[in-house]
Amino acid sequence: MEWALGLVALSCVIALACILLFLFKEGEGIIGIVGLGDFFFGKSWSPTSEPPSFGILPLIWGSLMVTAGALAFSIPMGLALAIYIAEVAPTKVRDLLKPAVEILAGIPSVVFGFFGMVISGPLLQILFDIPTGLCALNASFLLGLMALPTIVSISEDALSAIPRTFEEASLALGATHWQTIRHVLLPAASSGIICSFILGMGRAIGETMTVLMVAGNAPIFATSYLEPIRTLTATIALEMGETVKGSPHYRALFAIGAVLFLMNLFFNVVAERMREGFKERFR
Amino acid sequence: MKKLLGPLAVLVLAGFALAGERIVLQGSTTVFPIAQRCAEEFRRLHPEVNISVRGGGSGVGIAGLIDGTCDIADASRPMKEKEIEKARRQGFTPKEFVIARDAIAVIVHRTNPLEGMTLEDLKKIYSGQITNWKALGGPHRRIVVVSRDSASGTFETFNKLVLREARLTPRALYQASNKAVLLTVAKSKGAIGYIGLGYLTGEVKALKVEGVYPSRETVLKGTYPLQRPLFMYTRGEPRGVVREFIQFVLSERGQKIVEEVGFIPAK
Repeated sequence: MEWALGLVALSCVIALACILLFLFKEGEGIIGIVGLGDFFFGKSWSPTSEPPSFGILPLIWGSLMVTAGALAFSIPMGLALAIYIAEVAPTKVRDLLKPAVEILAGIPSVVFGFFGMVISGPLLQILFDIPTGLCALNASFLLGLMALPTIVSISEDALSAIPRTFEEASLALGATHWQTIRHVLLPAASSGIICSFILGMGRAIGETMTVLMVAGNAPIFATSYLEPIRTLTATIALEMGETVKGSPHYRALFAIGAVLFLMNLFFNVVAERMREGFKERFR
Repeated sequence: MKKLLGPLAVLVLAGFALAGERIVLQGSTTVFPIAQRCAEEFRRLHPEVNISVRGGGSGVGIAGLIDGTCDIADASRPMKEKEIEKARRQGFTPKEFVIARDAIAVIVHRTNPLEGMTLEDLKKIYSGQITNWKALGGPHRRIVVVSRDSASGTFETFNKLVLREARLTPRALYQASNKAVLLTVAKSKGAIGYIGLGYLTGEVKALKVEGVYPSRETVLKGTYPLQRPLFMYTRGEPRGVVREFIQFVLSERGQKIVEEVGFIPAK
C-alpha cells in the first residue's frame, strides 16, 4: 500500500514537470520572433492586427495595478478581521465569523464576476460618473474580497499560534489589551502575517475569470483606477481559442503563462521562507 | 477492495455498451443555441445517440475538428486557408454546410437618442477616430466601445465587414460572450457593442446600419449589410450519425429551430 502512495505522489511531481516543460517549450519561441526587449517592454499588445505586436508591458501593468488595488483593500480589512477573530471577539461571534470567511473562499470566481458586472459595476458608474463600471477599481474590489479569506485565515493562525505566556506576561506588566495586541502580539506574528499578504497577492495575480468579466480588458496603460485594464491571465483566457497552433500569437500566450508562473513561484518561495522563519521563532 | 472491482468493471463495460454512438459538436458561441436545441430534438428521435455540444468560439471548434476532438465544428466564419491546409495534412478535406444566416446587430444603451449610423461612422468609432457621441449628433458623452474577444467568429466577421484594414482601438473593452456584451451595453450609458441577432433583447437598442434595421426580412432580402452565413464543418463527407445529424439540422424541423432561437434559415 505504501508504494502505491509513493506512486501517486510521484505522478503529481511528474505532472508538474510536464506542464512546466510544455509551458516553456511552447513559449520560448516568441523571444526568437520579436526579441526579449520587445516582448517584455513593448508598449502595444495587438496580436491580431497586421502587422501584429506582442508587447506585454500593458498587460503586466494591468496585472500589477489590480493586484495592488486588491491588496490596498484586503490587507487593512483582512488584518482587522484577523485581530478581531483571534483576540477580541467573544467565542460566539468568532464561531460565526470564521465559517463566514471560509464560505467566502468557497464562492466560485464566476459568481464574483457576475456580481461585478450586474451590481458593483453599475454602482461604480453612478458613483463616479464614469462611462463604464468595468474598470480596474471594480476588479480590485472583487479580487480584494477574494483574497480576504487567505489573509484572514493565515494571519489568524499566526496570531493564535503565539504562546499564551506572551500575552499573559504583557498584561501582567500592566499593558492594556490594545497595547498588548499592538506591541507584543502583532510583532510576534509578523512573519506569518506578511506571509498571508504574499499568498493573498498570489491569489489576486493569478485570478482569471473574475477579472475577465469585470476589468473591461482593454490593453492600455491605465493611469487611473476608473479606467479599464487587461491582465496577463485574462489575455490568455480571451485569446487562446483563436490562435493557430504554433503561430507567434500562440507562442506569445504560452510565454505569458510562463511569466505568470515565474511571478507566482517567486511569491510562493518568499512566503515559504517567511513561514519557516516564523516556525523557528517559537521552537 | 477486491470485492468491489468485479461489479465496477461490469458497470464500466455496461456504460460503454449503452453509450452507443457519439457526436461531439464544438465551436462558435453564436451557433451554440442552434446546435444545442437541434441536439436535444435529435436525441428525442435517436435516444441511442450520445451528443455533446460545447462552445469556445469558432477557432476552438475548427482546431478541435482538425485535432479530431470533435466531429462537427460550429463556426460563424468560413475556415481560413491555413486551417484547411492543416486539415488536409491530417488527411481530410473539411466539408462545409451553411446551416443558417445571422445578422450582427449594433447595439447601444436604451437611452441613446441615435437611431442609426453609416458603416463609415461605425468604422470611425471602432477604430477610435470618433470618441464622443456629440460627433454624431448625440449628447456630450464618451463612447465606450465594446468588442468581442478575438477568439470569436463574431469579432472576426465584424472586423472584416466594418473595420476592414483599420485597427480596433486599444481602448475597446473586450467581452467573452454575446451575453456579456449585451449586459455591458445594457448597463453603460455611453456604450456601443455588437452581438448576433439571436441574442438581441429589449434591454438594449439596436441601431439601423446604412438606414436598414436588422430583422429577418432585411437579412433575407440582403439589404442589411452586417450579415453572414453560419456553418457546420465535418471531417470530410459525413457518415453515419454525423450525416444524419447534419441532415436533421438542414431539414424543415431543424430550420424551424434555427428560427425559434432567433436566426434566419439558410434557404
